[in-house]
Amino acid sequence: MEPVLFVIFGAISVGGAIMVVTRRHPMASALYLILTLFAVAALFALRQAHFLAAIQVIVYAGAVVVLFIFVIMLINVPESRLPVERLTGMRFLGVTVAGLLILESALVARRFGMAGTPATDAGSVRAVGTALFTDYLLAFEVTSVLLLAAVIGAIAMAKKKI
Amino acid sequence: MMEPSAYLLLSGILFGIGVAGVVARKNVLIILMSVEIMMNAVNVAFIAVGSYLGDVTGSVFAFMVMTVAAAEAAVGLAILIAIYRLKETVDITELSILKW
Amino acid sequence: MVDGILNYLWLVPALPLLGVIGNAAIALFAERPLLLTESGSEEHGHGHGSSHAAPPYRKLVAVFGPGVVGVSFVVSLLSVLALAARPAHDRLFVQVLFPWVQAGSFDAPVAFQLDPLSAVMILVVTGVGFLIHVYSVGYMSHEKAFARYFVYLNLFTFAMLLLVLGSNFLLMFVGWEGVGLCSYLLIGYWYEKQSAADAGKKAFVVNRVGDFGFLVAMFLIFWTFGSVDYTEVFARIPGLSASGDLTTGVATAITLLLFVGAVGKSAQIPLYVWLPDAMEGPTPVSALIHAATMVTAGVYMVARTSALFLLAPASMAVVAVVGAATAIFSATIGITQNDIKRVLAYSTVSQLGYMFLACGVGAFTAGIFHLMTHAFFKALLFLASGSVIHALSGEQDMRKMGSLKKHLPITFTTMFIATLAISGIPGLSGFFSKDEILWKSFSSGHGHVGLWLVGTVAAGITAFYMFRLVFLTFYGESRMEPEVEKHVHESPYSMTVPLMILAVLSVAGGWIGWPAALGGSNHFEHWLAPVFAHGAEGAVHGGAHASAALEYLLMAGSVGVALCGIGLAWYLYRGRTSMPKEIAKAVPGLYDVVLNKYYVDEIYDAAIVKRIVNGSVWLWEAFDDAFIDGIVNGVASLVRGAGDKARRLQTGVVGNYAFTLLLGAVILVGFLLWP
Repeated sequence: MEPVLFVIFGAISVGGAIMVVTRRHPMASALYLILTLFAVAALFALRQAHFLAAIQVIVYAGAVVVLFIFVIMLINVPESRLPVERLTGMRFLGVTVAGLLILESALVARRFGMAGTPATDAGSVRAVGTALFTDYLLAFEVTSVLLLAAVIGAIAMAKKKI
Repeated sequence: MMEPSAYLLLSGILFGIGVAGVVARKNVLIILMSVEIMMNAVNVAFIAVGSYLGDVTGSVFAFMVMTVAAAEAAVGLAILIAIYRLKETVDITELSILKW
Repeated sequence: MVDGILNYLWLVPALPLLGVIGNAAIALFAERPLLLTESGSEEHGHGHGSSHAAPPYRKLVAVFGPGVVGVSFVVSLLSVLALAARPAHDRLFVQVLFPWVQAGSFDAPVAFQLDPLSAVMILVVTGVGFLIHVYSVGYMSHEKAFARYFVYLNLFTFAMLLLVLGSNFLLMFVGWEGVGLCSYLLIGYWYEKQSAADAGKKAFVVNRVGDFGFLVAMFLIFWTFGSVDYTEVFARIPGLSASGDLTTGVATAITLLLFVGAVGKSAQIPLYVWLPDAMEGPTPVSALIHAATMVTAGVYMVARTSALFLLAPASMAVVAVVGAATAIFSATIGITQNDIKRVLAYSTVSQLGYMFLACGVGAFTAGIFHLMTHAFFKALLFLASGSVIHALSGEQDMRKMGSLKKHLPITFTTMFIATLAISGIPGLSGFFSKDEILWKSFSSGHGHVGLWLVGTVAAGITAFYMFRLVFLTFYGESRMEPEVEKHVHESPYSMTVPLMILAVLSVAGGWIGWPAALGGSNHFEHWLAPVFAHGAEGAVHGGAHASAALEYLLMAGSVGVALCGIGLAWYLYRGRTSMPKEIAKAVPGLYDVVLNKYYVDEIYDAAIVKRIVNGSVWLWEAFDDAFIDGIVNGVASLVRGAGDKARRLQTGVVGNYAFTLLLGAVILVGFLLWP
């Protein structure tokens, strides 16, 4: 069962990602981004990481992408003023090198192959919650500080007059 | 019963697509979204390997990455708004006064 | 018990050093800020312009500066008395203070040696030095940089004492350089004056030539003897001579190089040119450094190394000939000079020639004796001339003096006594020392009748130009500027008292060397005998001519020549005063040559100085500017050019940076994946 689902969701996430980076209008990109994120959430669930899968849908697809869409609509760049993007040598080179990177990651994946094991429940809500509030408590708290800093920074940056 | 290398390969492909988007696109909004894809790719690798090793650390790291991604998106978009107000553009090649 | 004072020998140089520190603190923290604030209205020279209330620190300096030297003199006197209380063969005291330079077999501690020779020197340096310090308080009273002057003067005293007290060649060299430095600083005391600054530089550079000789000689001494300590070096002479390691050639090389050093410091031909120019310094400085003490350092050094000189007859001959030649050469220049201090400067050069003549004929005692008496009467002459200059508000040209006898009675009397002494009138100090030199140059085994003849003629010339000076300055019609004449005044007691003391010494200073031929016992020779014991008997008494009758004859001869010189001076400058001009007109060529000091400065300038300057200019322009700077500037412009091109990499487009980052990551991963 798992290989079939992996292929389906993997294909969706890759296809979505390609659509994200190739759309002309950012709004289209944002909608495809939601698709990709959902597919990735499904992959998480496939590996029994239920907690992360839930967070992925709620925080990412729910909050972050909404923020994107919010901003896209806020600044509302007219179609005519979107950057004109032609295929130049430099960009072709960039995409080629990115392809090389994919090739290299494939080599890495092959070389460090691991024996297949059934998914454990290491990603369950209980397990992750216990780890976060015991071993990684400090990191968890620091994360909250980071988020606070990001909030303040974002307000300071975006507000016309403080 | 899949090998983790399949997930790692998928992670690499997603990451490469994200990189290609960052390098090739001009629209700042799409570049930011590409960055989100790259972070997700990393999360896939974390989760896959963590699950195969039966270790909760993978999930915890993925959780941290997600937090950073959210923070990054918030600050990045705020900067974008500020820049757009000033220059009326989302074209990253036009934001090149910091040189020479 | 008396001997215990010798343990305080270190105080002799330490006290002037204390003076340096104290006065330097005053000069830096009290005087300099004051001078800087009023530098706009600064007025230098002998002017009476300063009407400000004297700053309080001046009184402190005036007491402290001379005071330390005075105390040092007392300690010296007690030390010498303690030394004299010892038996004659035991009169050597070495005080090792602390190790200084130790490297392998080389060991030069800071140690002071008191023996009859250094005893004479420290008494002269601290005694005459103290009197000149006191005199300076009056003479320099109109100067603003008062503390600075005493810093230099105390530093000089310290360095000179180090020179004469040091118990090894290295320490002597430190003192040697120290006095050279102070000489430079004091000649250039009025450094705003171009001529003074130039004279200071000239003295310094010319002295370097001599110092080079001294330095190489010191290396040779260490190489030959394996030590730079006086006692050890001289103790090893017999052994090394016997084993053949110390040949006459080596001894000649060492002594000639030492003599090069002495020639530089003591202003002999061919390095005498700096001394007349050194008269740009304040007059007490001329008296202390350029007459009484520093310039005699060369004589002291030759006397100190007499044991080496006696091994090298060729060097002795060179010393004697250079001394005699300098004596007569500079005496002839002295005839034509019109600047009162320059006459005395050439006279000093001439008298130093006498001292070297004495050393060259093996009569080291006579040389040191003349050094001492000369210190008295020449210091007196300089101080008296300083008194004259002070009285005339800075006028130094004798053609603008005259008839000062009634205005300056004390100055005149003391200066007249000194003139009699230097002329060699019987009974005064100069007579005994000069006559001893002439007698030894005739009778000694190293002597020669030619040397005696040159010395005697030079004595006559000396008497002539010294009385010319006295007649032009104190007698005849007044030729002073009316403005100057109004201010003529006798100097204050701080200046005249040292003059009187020195006058007494100029008269009586020679009595301790009353020659045996005149019924005396020549204490001085006996006192110094332990120092010059080595082979001196053979040299001095070995002559075939020694007989009392001959000595009387030669004495009468030199006195006669001196009287002739005085008579001639009287005839030309008191009798027929038009004669000098007529003579000058009769032999214009010769007169001009002598007036211009034989054009020696001009010859040196053309033959040496110009060439060095041209070579230096070439090095500067072709080598330094073009080559060295070319390399440096070339590297700089290369880097600059590369940076100019490389900065284009900084495009400001974020995509480019991201791409570079990506490329780096790909290459890095590729490198790690490489099989």
